[in-house]
Amino acid sequence: MAFLDRTARGLLMVEIVRGMWLTLRYFFKGKVTLNYPYEKGPLSPRFRGEHVLRRYPNGEERCIACKLCEAICPAQAITIEAEPREDGSRRTTRYDIDMTKCIYCGYCQEACPVDAIVEGPNFEFATETREELMYNKDKLLENGDRWETEVAAALAADAPYR
Amino acid sequence: MAEFWTIYAWPTLWIIIKILFIVVPLLIAVAYLTYAERKVIGFMQLRMGPNVVGPFGLLQPFADGLKLMAKEAIIPTRSNRVVFLLAPMLTFTLGLIGWAVIPVADGWVLSDINVGILYLFAVSSLGVYGIIMAGWASNSIYPFLGALRSAAQMVSYEVSIGFVIVTVLLATGSLNLSDIVLAQQGLWFFIPLFPMFVIFFISGLAETNRAPFDLPEAEAELVSGYNVEYSAMAFALFFLGEYANMILMSAMTVILFLGGWLPPFDIAPFNWLPGIIWFSLKVSFVLFVFLWVRATLPRYRYDQLMRLGWKVFLPFSLLWVVVTAGAIVAFDWFPT
Repeated sequence: MAFLDRTARGLLMVEIVRGMWLTLRYFFKGKVTLNYPYEKGPLSPRFRGEHVLRRYPNGEERCIACKLCEAICPAQAITIEAEPREDGSRRTTRYDIDMTKCIYCGYCQEACPVDAIVEGPNFEFATETREELMYNKDKLLENGDRWETEVAAALAADAPYR
Repeated sequence: MAEFWTIYAWPTLWIIIKILFIVVPLLIAVAYLTYAERKVIGFMQLRMGPNVVGPFGLLQPFADGLKLMAKEAIIPTRSNRVVFLLAPMLTFTLGLIGWAVIPVADGWVLSDINVGILYLFAVSSLGVYGIIMAGWASNSIYPFLGALRSAAQMVSYEVSIGFVIVTVLLATGSLNLSDIVLAQQGLWFFIPLFPMFVIFFISGLAETNRAPFDLPEAEAELVSGYNVEYSAMAFALFFLGEYANMILMSAMTVILFLGGWLPPFDIAPFNWLPGIIWFSLKVSFVLFVFLWVRATLPRYRYDQLMRLGWKVFLPFSLLWVVVTAGAIVAFDWFPT
């Protein structure tokens, strides 16, 4: 009897017809494609994208050149040189990140005592040349100005869990 | 001089015009079959498919064609140049010449020969030569394996296709494709010969090397089979030939089992549409099933494929030939 059953199923292609029915149902289902450059998926507030150097609301840069980020960076992508400014405060004269070395681990923003270096939500910073990915302080501060709203919102959203 | 024109020149010109009227829509159909394939499979996988080039991605096939034309044609140094270049041309030509006998509507056929079905059978069998030549001339391992697989597979499934055709011939009593279609007035053959219809369709999948029988180009094991070494237009010709073959096989299915250009019921709203429209609709439907099967089923293992061909389809179709012949004799259903 089991043999008959199996043979009949095989000859009538029960399994195949069932599979075809399933794919036909999927054919008419809604599509999950995101039309990427025009539509984008949601990002977590903890998303670690392109780095930014932030400023205080009065325009003063946050970074105090403690070099904790440079020390913790496992890829050694960060290079910092610092000396006291005219007003006596400690500031960086050079803050470079080699984005081709960076592994986006987020240790730099964890190490930062003043939330100066943060990995922002931007992940669309591909360039045509390698040199453009060697970020300097100007570029990072410019990023900070551009992404401040998003970065601040993300930090505020994540603050209760830290 | 006047004789030259009336007897030779005008008929030749007229035939060339008719050929163009068949080949140009066919090539457009091939282009949009590749598009439909990507769309259908995309939709079944909850994707959108190509939708960027032109409205709904409708210009995608032309973009692909342009890309292939702009690419560099590479001929491997160790290959046999002549055969290497001949193979795609042969595949492409064979994909097209089958259409010479396909009646797309009542009387709309380039050459209404009375052994049309044998001609089609011969052309679809010759298709294996293009693939074998490609595999051999490439002088490389993957294409060679792919070509061998393809040859064995096509030979195996042609046997059962042959028997399926025999049953249809028993039921019509003619080898002329138009007569076969006209014999289906009232009842399309897929109803009385349903098992044969299914076998023919599945064998057609194997014959055109489509999923789930696409072992000759199994990308997981053979990279891409017999056309690994091909690039640019040579590859494009293979591609076009393969898809033209698919359309040819669908047209054969439609003519043998789905009533060719006949409307489903010969009553008012159905017989308003001209035959060519019904024919294209049916061919499109069969092609859709080709794509649907590809989106659903995983690839057969090679021994399973051979087992299905020789141990299931061959005895079954042979049995059905006997049953059909017996029924025709017993109940005196001889076709008039």
